[in-house]
Amino acid sequence: MSTSTYKRFEDPESGYLPDKMTVYQECLQAFNASPIRAKKCRLLLSRLLRLLYDGQTFPKTEATNLFFSVSKLFHNGDPSLRQLAYLAIKELCTISDDVLMITASIMKDIQGGEPVFKPNAVRTLARVLDGSTIHAAERAMRNCIVDSNQTVCSAALVSTYHLLPVAHDVVRRWANEAQEAISANKKLVRSPYAIHEAFGSSPRLPQSTFFHQYHALGLIYQLKKQDRMAMLKLIQQLTSRQPLQSPFAVLQLVRYVAALLQADTNLSQQFWPLFASWLNHKSEMVELEAAKVVLTGSFKFNPDQQLKAISSLQELLSVPRTVTRFAAVRLLSRVALADPEKVRACNSDLESLVNDPCRAISTYAITTLLKTGNAQSVDRLVKTIAGFMDDISDEFKVVVVEAVRTLALKFPEKHSTLLSFLGDALRDEGGFSFKNSVIEAIFDIIKFVPVAREASLELLCEFIEDCEYTELAVRVLHLLGEYGPKTPKPSLYVRHIYNRVVLENSIVRSSAVIALSKFALVNDRKLTASIRILLKRCLQDADDEVRDRAALSLRLLEAADDGPTAAAKARGLLEPESRFSLAALEQQLCRYVRSKDKSSFTTPFDITSVATHTEEEVLAAEYKAKTTVEEDQIVSSPTPETTKATKSLPEPADLAARADLLEQQYAQELSAVPEFEEYGPLLHSSEVVELTEVETEFVVSAVKHIFKEHLVVQYNVQNTLKDIQLENVTVVAQLDTDAYSEDLAIPAETLKPDSSVSIYVSFSRPHDLALATLANTLSYVTKDVEEATGEPAEDDEGFPDEYQIEDLSIVPGDFVSPCFTTSFTNVFDDLDNEEVSVYNLGSPETVKIQEVVTKLTQSMSMMALEGSDNVEGSASHTLKLFGKSVNGDRVAAVVKLVSSSKGVMMRIQVRSSDAELSQLLANQW
Amino acid sequence: MGNVFSSIFGKLWGGNKEIRILILGLDGAGKTTILYKMQLGEVVKTKPTIGFNVETLKYKNISINMWDLGGQTSIRPYWRCYYADTAAVIFVVDSTDKDRMDVAKKELHTMLKEDELSDSALLVFANKQDQPGAMTAAEVSKALGLAELKDRSWSIVASSAIKGEGLTEGLDWLIDVIKEEQM
Repeated sequence: MSTSTYKRFEDPESGYLPDKMTVYQECLQAFNASPIRAKKCRLLLSRLLRLLYDGQTFPKTEATNLFFSVSKLFHNGDPSLRQLAYLAIKELCTISDDVLMITASIMKDIQGGEPVFKPNAVRTLARVLDGSTIHAAERAMRNCIVDSNQTVCSAALVSTYHLLPVAHDVVRRWANEAQEAISANKKLVRSPYAIHEAFGSSPRLPQSTFFHQYHALGLIYQLKKQDRMAMLKLIQQLTSRQPLQSPFAVLQLVRYVAALLQADTNLSQQFWPLFASWLNHKSEMVELEAAKVVLTGSFKFNPDQQLKAISSLQELLSVPRTVTRFAAVRLLSRVALADPEKVRACNSDLESLVNDPCRAISTYAITTLLKTGNAQSVDRLVKTIAGFMDDISDEFKVVVVEAVRTLALKFPEKHSTLLSFLGDALRDEGGFSFKNSVIEAIFDIIKFVPVAREASLELLCEFIEDCEYTELAVRVLHLLGEYGPKTPKPSLYVRHIYNRVVLENSIVRSSAVIALSKFALVNDRKLTASIRILLKRCLQDADDEVRDRAALSLRLLEAADDGPTAAAKARGLLEPESRFSLAALEQQLCRYVRSKDKSSFTTPFDITSVATHTEEEVLAAEYKAKTTVEEDQIVSSPTPETTKATKSLPEPADLAARADLLEQQYAQELSAVPEFEEYGPLLHSSEVVELTEVETEFVVSAVKHIFKEHLVVQYNVQNTLKDIQLENVTVVAQLDTDAYSEDLAIPAETLKPDSSVSIYVSFSRPHDLALATLANTLSYVTKDVEEATGEPAEDDEGFPDEYQIEDLSIVPGDFVSPCFTTSFTNVFDDLDNEEVSVYNLGSPETVKIQEVVTKLTQSMSMMALEGSDNVEGSASHTLKLFGKSVNGDRVAAVVKLVSSSKGVMMRIQVRSSDAELSQLLANQW
Repeated sequence: MGNVFSSIFGKLWGGNKEIRILILGLDGAGKTTILYKMQLGEVVKTKPTIGFNVETLKYKNISINMWDLGGQTSIRPYWRCYYADTAAVIFVVDSTDKDRMDVAKKELHTMLKEDELSDSALLVFANKQDQPGAMTAAEVSKALGLAELKDRSWSIVASSAIKGEGLTEGLDWLIDVIKEEQM
C-alpha cells in the first residue's frame, strides 16, 4: 500500500471511514499469516477499532471469524499488539459467538502478564465470562482487586461491577477484597510506554489519583445496598477513620447517603455534620452535590441548614470555572421554583451574573431572579429582560418565556405587565420555537387567568394578522373559536377570523371556517345570521376541504333551528363538551387492530368504551402538569434509585397522560378479572398506600378502587427474599364497620422469589360515603426454593404463616378526584352545605405550613387552585381546593392556616352539593 | 550487528520460518502439562483449559508455535478454527482411559479428514505411561486405528509428561519430518 493511501486512512479529522470489507479481508489475511508482522497488525486493528467505535457492526459469522483470527495473534509477544488485540476482542465479544475460546489465554496474561496490558486483559475477561466459567476466574479476579497497581485494581473493580448481573452470587464473595481496595493505597505504575510526548514532558505524574476508590465504592454499594446497617457502617468508616481521597468517590458517597435518606428521612439530622463538612469540601463538585441533596431532596433539613447550603452555592457563583457557576445557578433556579424565599439572599450575586459571558448562565440567572421576585418586583424584572431579549438567541428566549409563563400562573394579578411583555415578544423577530412558546404562554393565560382573557385574545388576533407560521395560525384560530364566543362581545373577533378566510392558505381557511361556525351558537340572532352569510360565501372557496367544512357547519346550524333538542345536538357536534382521552383512545385502537382473533373485527370498534374527559378535567390535568412538574423533577432527581421507584418520566406534557395511563392501566387490570366484570366502570383509584416498611421481607402496598356499588382493594405484594416461595397468598381484611361487607377475595396462587403479585379483596359499598378501617393480615404458605432448580421441592408441603401489616383506612379523599375551575370564588359561593372545623396542629417548631398544605392536598385528593399550594409567608396561608366526588358532586374547600406562638391553627371550610361529603371532609382529623 | 547476521543467515536456511503445531486430544489427556514441560522443563499445576494456550518454543534453531487447544466436549468444535497453516498435529491420548479410546479414535479421524490438515504430520503421545495399567504404545496404536492412515507421516511414542519421558524423542521425530517435507 502506498504512503498516500495510508495517510488518507489515518487522518482522524477527515471523517472518512475505512471500507468495512477491505478491513475485514486484510485483518483475516494478516492475522492468520505466519510469522506475524506486529506493526502491520497493530495498524489493521486500529482500523478495525475505528469502525467498531463508529458504531459499524459485522454480521455474526464475520464477527466470529474476526474474533478467531484476532485470537491467533496471541502467540506474538509484542505488548502493544496484545493491548490492541484486547481492545478489539472486547468490542467483538458482544457481536460474535464462541468468545469463551479466549478465556485461558486471558487468564494467563492476568496471572503473569506485563502491566502494560494487564488492565486490558482484566476488562476483556469480564466480557468473556459467563455464569459457568466465572468460577475458573474467581481467584485471578480477587488477586487483581487487591493488586497494588492502581490501574489493575480499577480495571478489576469495574469488571466485577459488570459481572454483577452475570453471576451475582459469586461476585458477592469478593466484597472483602473490594472493601480492602477502598482503603488501600494504590500506586500508579509508570510503564515504559507511558513515556510519550503526552506524559514524558511532565515528569510529575502523581503517585496515585485514588480513582480506584470511586470504582470500589460503586461496587461495594451494589453489593450492600440492601443491607442498611452495613451501609451505615460503611459511611461511618469512609468519613471518619479512613476518609476518601478521591473527590469522585466522595461525590458518589454523597449520593448514596441521599439514597439512604430517601428511605428514612429521619436520618437527616444525624447526617447533618457530614453534609456540613461536604458543603465546605475542597472539591467544587462535592459542594454542589451536597447542596443539591440538602436543598432539593424531600428530606428533613431545617431552614438554617438549607441556608448554609445556599451560602455555599452563593460562593460558587463567583468561581472562575464556568461549569461550576452554571451548575450552581441551575440548582438555585430549581430551588427558587419551590421556595423563592430561600434564594433571595443570592439576588445580588445573581444580578451580577446577568451579564455573564456564558449565555446559559445569564439566562438561568435571569429566570431565577424572576422566580425569586415577589409580586412587587415583577414589573422591574420584566423590564430588565425586555431590554435583554434582543441580545440572546432563540433557545434562551424560550427559557425566558417559560419563566414568564410560570410567573403568570403564579401571580395572576400581574397579567397586564406580563401580557405586554409577551405582546412585544410576539411582535419581535423570532423563529418558530420561540413564537410557539410565546403562544403557549398566552394560551395558558387565557385558560387559567380569566381576567386577562380579552386582552390576550386581542393580542392573538393581532398576531394572526401577520403570522408566517400556518401551524400557529391554526392553533390560534381554534382557540379563538373556543373562547371568543364566551366573551361579552363575540362579534369583535368575527372580523379577524373572516379576514383569514379571505387572505390565507387553505389550511388556515378551513380552520377559520370551523372557528366562525362556533360564533353562530351564541344567543344573538343578528350575529348568527351574519355568520351564516359568511359561511355561505365560503361555499364558493377554491379548496374542497374549506367548502366541506362550510357546508357541514351550515347544515348543523340549520338543524339547530328545529327545536331545542336538535339545537343541543348540533351544539354537541360543533362544540363538544367532553373529549376523548387520547392516550386511552390510542391504546384501545391499537389493541383492536392487533387483535389476533379474526372474529373480533366483525364488531366495529366501540368508541363509547373509550374514556372521555370533560373540559374541566382536561384543564385540571393541564394546570396540575404545568404547576407541579418542575418540583417533581427536583424530588426525583437526586439518585437513580428514586427515579426508578417513581417510574418518573416527568416531561411536562406527559404528566397528564401518565396519570391518565395509570388509571387506564388499573381499569384494564381490573377488567381482566372476571369477577369484577359486572361492577361497571372504575370511578376512582386512590394513590398507592404503603402498608409495610420498604426494607421488609414482604413489601405490601395497596390501592383502593371505587366502583358504583363496590370497593375493591388491590394489595400488591412483593417478595424480596431470594430463597422463599410463597403459595396461596391472601390478605385477611377485617372491617371495623358494618357499612361494607366482603364479597370475595382473589388470592395469588404462587409468589416466586424476587417478584410481585396483586391480590384483590372486594367489598359491597353502600351508596352513601362510609369511612372504615381495614385491619390487614397477610397469610400464606412458605416453601424453601432449591437453588439448583429455582423451584421448591415437590414433597415440600411448606408451613402456613401470617404476617401482620398496617391498617388501611378508607378516607373521604378516596371518593374525590381533583378538578379544575377558573373561578374558584364563584363556585365556592354557589355551593352550600357548609361545614367548618378548626384544629390546633401543634407548635410551629414541628409543624411546617408547606408540609401541611402538601399533605392536605394529597389526603383530600383535591386540586389546589390559584397557586395556593405554594406557601409564601411563614405566618399564614390560605389554601383553595376543588374536586368532584365519585357521585358527581362538586366540592370546594378553603383552608386557612395561621402560625402563632400558641401553635399552628387550621380552619377548614368545606362546601359541597352533597352535605355528607362536606361533613366527612371537614371532620376527618 | 550480530542480529543482522543471524537474521540474514536465518533467512538463508529458512530458520526464520515459524512452525505451527497443534496439540489436541480429549480432556484430561495431559496436553497443557506436555506443553509447559516442553517449554519450561517443569511440571506446572493445570486447570482444564477453557480455550487455548499458546507458547513459542525454540528448538534446534527453529521457532515453534505450540497451540494447546482445550479438550472439553464444548471446545472441540472450535479446533477447526485453528487448523490453517498447521505443520503438524500432536495428538495426546490418556493411555489409562480405555473407556474413551473409541471417542479419541473418532475425534482423531474426523480431524484428519479436514482438508487444511491433509499435509500435516501426526505425532501421537500415548501419555501417562507412569500410571499403573496404562496401555502400551502398540495397544494404543491399535485402538486408534493408526495403521489405517495412508498418505501421512505419523508416529506414536509412549510418554509420561510428568517424568518427561518420550517428549524429546517425539519432538525430534516431528522436526525431522517437517524439515524433510518443507525444505
